[in-house]
Amino acid sequence: MALNTEPRGAQFELDPGKAPRRREIVDIAKPPLHTISLLVRNKPGVLVRVSLVFSRRGYNLESLVVSPALSVEGTNATPGEFSRMTITCSGDRDALEQIIKQLEKLIDVVHAIDHTGQPVIESEVALVKLRAGIGDRTEILQIAESFKATVSDFGVDSVILRCAAGTAKLDVFIKLLMPFGVIELVRSGKILMARGAQAT
Amino acid sequence: MLTKATSGGDIVIQCLEREGVEVVYGYSGGAAMPIFDALVDSKIKFVLVRHEQGATHMADGYARASGKPGVVLVTSGPGATNCVTGLLTALMDSVPMIVLTGQTITSMLGKDAFQEADVTGITYPVVKHSYLVKNADDIPRIMREAFHIATTGRPGPVLIDLPKDITQGPCSAPLVETVDLPGYHVPGRPDPALLHKTAGLMAKSRKPVLYVGHGAVIADAGKAILELATKLNAPIVNTLLGKGACAEDHPLNLGMLGMHGTAYANRAVEHCDLIVAIGARWDDRITGKLSEFCPDAVKIHIDIDVAEFNKVVRPDVSLAADARLAIEELVPLVDALDTADWLKEIAGWRKQYPLRYPKKGGLRAQHVLDRLDQLGGRDCIITTDVGQHQMWAAQFCLTTKHRHWISSGGAGTMGFGFPAAIGAAMATGTPVWAIVGDGGFQMTLCELATAKLQKVPVKILIINNSYLGMIRQWQELFFDNRISGADLEGNPDFIKLAAAYDIPGRRVTRAGDVDKAINWAMAYNDGPCLIEAEVVKDDNVFPMIPAGAPLSGMIVEKPKTKMEKPSGST
Repeated sequence: MALNTEPRGAQFELDPGKAPRRREIVDIAKPPLHTISLLVRNKPGVLVRVSLVFSRRGYNLESLVVSPALSVEGTNATPGEFSRMTITCSGDRDALEQIIKQLEKLIDVVHAIDHTGQPVIESEVALVKLRAGIGDRTEILQIAESFKATVSDFGVDSVILRCAAGTAKLDVFIKLLMPFGVIELVRSGKILMARGAQAT
Repeated sequence: MLTKATSGGDIVIQCLEREGVEVVYGYSGGAAMPIFDALVDSKIKFVLVRHEQGATHMADGYARASGKPGVVLVTSGPGATNCVTGLLTALMDSVPMIVLTGQTITSMLGKDAFQEADVTGITYPVVKHSYLVKNADDIPRIMREAFHIATTGRPGPVLIDLPKDITQGPCSAPLVETVDLPGYHVPGRPDPALLHKTAGLMAKSRKPVLYVGHGAVIADAGKAILELATKLNAPIVNTLLGKGACAEDHPLNLGMLGMHGTAYANRAVEHCDLIVAIGARWDDRITGKLSEFCPDAVKIHIDIDVAEFNKVVRPDVSLAADARLAIEELVPLVDALDTADWLKEIAGWRKQYPLRYPKKGGLRAQHVLDRLDQLGGRDCIITTDVGQHQMWAAQFCLTTKHRHWISSGGAGTMGFGFPAAIGAAMATGTPVWAIVGDGGFQMTLCELATAKLQKVPVKILIINNSYLGMIRQWQELFFDNRISGADLEGNPDFIKLAAAYDIPGRRVTRAGDVDKAINWAMAYNDGPCLIEAEVVKDDNVFPMIPAGAPLSGMIVEKPKTKMEKPSGST
């Protein structure tokens, strides 16, 4: 998993009934990773429809997280009626603008917002199963401590560490553990939330 | 008398009646039987077709001719999958359509039951929206939502998958009036600030062009656009599907633009300094090579679908609105432009590059279509199939009335023309000419039975060159005349074929016989009739802008030197 810093990207506003406006600051470093959060109606097939928007254009998703949304401003949402999706994908600016619009065009998508480059709170959880022989154990635990990771499983030859952090920090954590021999790695995918009054 | 409890199927039919549906096209099958049973007691007319594809195209033609949604009812499995092409055709051309498909019982979903198919899964990319009904009480809400989605904003097909136990079992839910769709927004009135910006940009233009597409037909914006054009003194060009929004015989109308559009329409677009897209989407057939398309012209895009802005072209103003409302509000904000020189230049191009065809050397499709146009074609609805005949019909059959031109544009579906004509005739009662090629006609000719039964005044004009003409043309121009997969040997005797369905037919082989045949068909309105025109086998459609070439790469006759293979798509 490559180390990357989030480049600043485009920001879109789409109001119904108005033409889209766009403010952008672009760093041309490497193909940017964009994170899009969607508020969708929890109907069967909504995930498929969202994925098709990407796959039709040949784009791959880096991560995708879906879970029930608890509250939706401005509606009397019943529990389970809405879900939030957080999708991380790569793509250039023009492609991304089209993708956001095509996502918003879906009947079951209430809104899709590109949060790339914005000051959002993001978080991800990783479970790492490592080979942990007697000699390596201390070092592994030291790394775990500095990343505030916890030990979820302690076996004779292996150990499972659980770490929750921002995506970039998690990338570093995993990179540091690689030399010990990672047996399995499962990441939860990135979730995010906008700060203050901004909607996610 | 035993009163039947209301079943899901009964409610489906009641909802259709509530929505004002008068005709349903379809084909029966096991999984849809409860709905078919409910149809018996309904005043809705059911048209039993001969292939589900025909049903979808009939509903499509019905919708395009009337503006009301077309409705299809088919069974599960292969019945539903036979509708995929029709759904694609409707989606690409923004046609309101409701497709009801039967489905296996809910407990057998996903278990490879008889005639079971994952219809919602198969059709996700070819519908505007779709539903799989799992609870009979959802039916009224779903039906209302489906009609709302299909007919508002940018229209499109909506599919409703109805399992047999749902339609057979009881349903006690009341019909609903309102919809709650938080994720669905439809732009209405335009933003006044953007309108003023548009008017300001227009005021600076000396070479404007109004580029009119299907959205103008759907919004019935033709009258407003003509008002705008005459006020500005700006010429109009229309897309294949924009034909009929503004009368093509108006002096300011330059006809169709694009790959096989008129030379003067393309020249006007090539040299304009302002182009206003009204309900059009800058399709690749229109723009040619994008990097060289109107690089210095100001572009205004008026569209009801926000996703079309910046998709192909970056406009200077993107106006999200209903086309008619936008133009109506724009007219008072603009003044006449100084376009005398521009219009003179365009008149010069018209004289330099008229649409023309050889008068000698055998019967030409262009001659047949030209005569049809002169002998009352403009009062009839014209549908076409796909291919060379479609392009010639677009060039020579001028559309002067709203919703009098029906053709598969975005999808280019062969087999569309004839069933669409049946739907259009049933929707309006107006006589319809279905201009088809020998290739496309054979794809859906089984509907001759349907046409005969419904006694529709459809005149089938088969432009028979025994080839897939458009393919042959491309192979002649770009592939060293290596003909591959374009030779239609073994065509039947179309007159005998029609007679087998008890449909009268005439064959035309000479230019001199054309008028008589057309007049005969115009007078025969007791049902369908057929004219087969045996035309020159190796004719080419000109002008032509090869795919991926810029507008300046337009050719008006076959070049003497060999041409490069086109870089654009298809």
